[in-house]
Amino acid sequence: MDITIAGMLAVDGLTNGAIYALLGLATVMVFVVTRVIFIPQGEFVAFGALTLAMFIDHKVPGTVWLLLIMAFAVALQEGIGVLRSGATVKQFLKCTVKPLLIPVITAGFSIWLAPYDLPMWSMVSLSLALVTAMGPLLYRLAYQSLESATPLVLLIVSVGVHFALTGLALLFFGPEGFRNPAFWDERLQIGAVPINGQAVIIFVTALLFILALWYFFGNTLFGKALRATAVNRNGARLMGISTHTAGQLTFTLAAFIGALSGLLIGPTTTILYDSGFLIGLKGFVAAVIAGLASYPGALVVALGVGLVEAFSAFWASAFKEVIVFALILPALWLRSRHVTDDEEEH
Amino acid sequence: MGLLRRYYLWLVLAAIVLFATLPIPAFWVAQLNYIGLFALTCLGLVLLTGVAGLTSFGQAAFVGIGAYTTAWCALNLGWPPTLTLLLGVTLTGFSAWVIGRITLRLSGHYLPLATIAWGLSLYYLMGNLEALGKYDGLIGLNSLTLFGHEIGQGQGFFMVSWGLLWVATVALTFLLNSRPGRAIRSLKEGRQMAEAMGVDTFGYKVTIFVIAAVLASVAGWLMAYYQRAVNPSAFGLKWGIEYLFMVVVGGAGSLWGAWLGAGVVRVLDEQLQTWLPQLLGMSGSFESIIFGVMLVLMLKYRPDGLWSWVQQGIGKTERVCNWDDAKALAQRPKPAVGDVVLDVQKISKNFGGLVAVNGISFQVRAGQIVGLIGPNGAGKSTTFNLITGTLPLSSGEVYFGGQPVHGLHARDIAKRGLMRTFQHVKMIPEMSVLDNVAIGAHARSQGEVFGAILRRNRGEEKSIMAEAERQLKRVGLGDWMHEQAANLPMGQQRLMEIARALCADPTLLLLDEPAAGLRYLEKQELIHVLRQLQSEGMSILLVEHDMDLVMDVCESIVVMEFGTYLTQGRPDQVQADPKVRAAYLGTEH
Repeated sequence: MDITIAGMLAVDGLTNGAIYALLGLATVMVFVVTRVIFIPQGEFVAFGALTLAMFIDHKVPGTVWLLLIMAFAVALQEGIGVLRSGATVKQFLKCTVKPLLIPVITAGFSIWLAPYDLPMWSMVSLSLALVTAMGPLLYRLAYQSLESATPLVLLIVSVGVHFALTGLALLFFGPEGFRNPAFWDERLQIGAVPINGQAVIIFVTALLFILALWYFFGNTLFGKALRATAVNRNGARLMGISTHTAGQLTFTLAAFIGALSGLLIGPTTTILYDSGFLIGLKGFVAAVIAGLASYPGALVVALGVGLVEAFSAFWASAFKEVIVFALILPALWLRSRHVTDDEEEH
Repeated sequence: MGLLRRYYLWLVLAAIVLFATLPIPAFWVAQLNYIGLFALTCLGLVLLTGVAGLTSFGQAAFVGIGAYTTAWCALNLGWPPTLTLLLGVTLTGFSAWVIGRITLRLSGHYLPLATIAWGLSLYYLMGNLEALGKYDGLIGLNSLTLFGHEIGQGQGFFMVSWGLLWVATVALTFLLNSRPGRAIRSLKEGRQMAEAMGVDTFGYKVTIFVIAAVLASVAGWLMAYYQRAVNPSAFGLKWGIEYLFMVVVGGAGSLWGAWLGAGVVRVLDEQLQTWLPQLLGMSGSFESIIFGVMLVLMLKYRPDGLWSWVQQGIGKTERVCNWDDAKALAQRPKPAVGDVVLDVQKISKNFGGLVAVNGISFQVRAGQIVGLIGPNGAGKSTTFNLITGTLPLSSGEVYFGGQPVHGLHARDIAKRGLMRTFQHVKMIPEMSVLDNVAIGAHARSQGEVFGAILRRNRGEEKSIMAEAERQLKRVGLGDWMHEQAANLPMGQQRLMEIARALCADPTLLLLDEPAAGLRYLEKQELIHVLRQLQSEGMSILLVEHDMDLVMDVCESIVVMEFGTYLTQGRPDQVQADPKVRAAYLGTEH
């Protein structure tokens, strides 16, 4: 291996690592705020990439129908809940129409605009909007009523959600894979190492977004409320922060991060209805190794995971996944050697 | 009906034999064979998930190790089924042991996470190794042959697989109704209580993880011979999740939930795979949509699974009292009245910059009831946790019966005869009062997993039960013996905790706010029990807020304030002390 190949592999690894970092951050964020280990994070990645691919093909993406189904399911769930508590017609309408509003508008725009030749930025925005709108709906459907369940139950719920979403993705997107065109196909050269424009875009976007997250959690009221919920749920509730809202907001952010990662990774690899899972899990491995608690930790480990993956792809390409996922065992072993009694108590 | 309940295990076996001889259509025999294999794997998951509160998505991977070991050795080395079983089980058990040792010290969700990663990497490993035939797998195995008989793929195989399933279920039933079984059940309620009873929680977690893996491996062994081929697709994460799904549907709380869940899911799977693609006009595994949604709905509306309905119909069987002739458990030598039992010397605890307990010293003598009081936040509970080893000391020394116990594990201190109760009652709500109290005898008995499975523990079990009954009667709970612990009122639950501690034959009892939340009459009952214990020579250290109770029963009272020692004396001395009054009521300025 010469320096050029090593450099290319490093760039490759760090680019993928940046995406894993985004997903890892989302995993940590969802876990600390809601205690949900969010296995389906990767599904949003596939949804994002495939939605854009459909728009490029002038088709109405399957996410539109999925979003509408989820919105109506939430409306139904809320409606039944409200009726049982004996509400007035006005209250009933308010509760059922509210969750439908954003999804129906987004879906309406998508159906109307899909057949036209759209500029890239509007297709990207529509894709992001469609997938992001699913986040809070998913939280309401699957997790909200189980907020006080143990992390173990929530994890099993996550696995169920992953199963259902993968099946639905197959139904709505079909079995074909798509590779999106690059947003920027410039080829740059740094020393002996060639870098393509897409890698630069991935890197810059991921970096900007991580900075934005940092600002959001450090300096905005919503961000601080989420942090408060993460530290102490009951305390936050007593301060008037709704755990429902916190959960929905976190899932909105998680869905957005997933969709964004999907758009970024879409031009670098072929995405099928179920590819998101493996991509998401690599971010997830990074988050777990970093202890599901530290954002900078997840960021650093994610870049490491990307590098390990790139170099093992070069030396032992068939075993690249084996190596990446087996990485978690020695990492956990190191962690368990420093475990204190408090950490064990659960 | 009573007889039916007593001999239900034999009835199930009879039904299996009957099914093996009845003329059943081949399609259903095949279904039943798969259900048997799945249920065998699910049994281990019930043990992990429902009983011990752990979970694993890696069961399919363990099935895979069993199946691949079998196939590879049979094809390449020509090994007979007995040898392939032995090697498969050894390899699987070893991998489970390694993974367990790595992850089970971490908090509860790391095991499932590690098994997800492990399941995935094993799947890709099986799919990429040349020697294992890559994604095509290994083909061309012979049918299962045992002791010269070819078992085949029909009802003979049904007999073998369901026979093994029955044996495994019986073994686990025996295990769960024994000393190690009660320890395993206590894992679910957190490790603090179990460790305080002398249970090695980490060791038991690793043990059941290995047992679950071994059961999966046996299923893999059977599957290899049944399908006469192995390939990675049956051992990926998708199947790991599906096994867990079966357990959640069937009911994670009961071994029979594994049977029911495997049956329901297999039949449903078969039907959905035929109907859904026709309905949707597309081919693909759409059953995962239904399964995913069902899993979420089950956890929301029926977390105990389908078996809980059956259970409601059957009702619970009461344990038969057969321990009249039991040998008494060994008792430890007791100190003479007036000897120093507990000697606490200048113990301190810092949490970062906060000094929660600062240089506390006091003694407890045999036959004494000593009260530890102080306003809220005085550090009483922390002191308690320091003495029992639940929290590590920052400095200071604790001597128990003349021996230093500072720095020891909570478990080891408990084994020396220092037993405690908890401020918030910690028990296993779904077990009977008698079984809950029997956990207290854990450190006084030796029966281990294998002995329990082979029922070599019957004598000791009788002794434990006799002791538990004796201690329940001692605190006045004799009539509640067979009640489910969760159904007891608060006062009785606290007495049950005292009985559980007594079951360990302690030299010193530490009671953490035993009167909290009790009504007047319940308090009177508690005072009566404490007095009676004292008259029998028991030494007691009591943390309590209820001044009436403390002043009534204690001979000596230690007062703490803001983590420091304030004073010590007889109740009347303490009550008259201006420093104590100032601590509780404030001072005049």
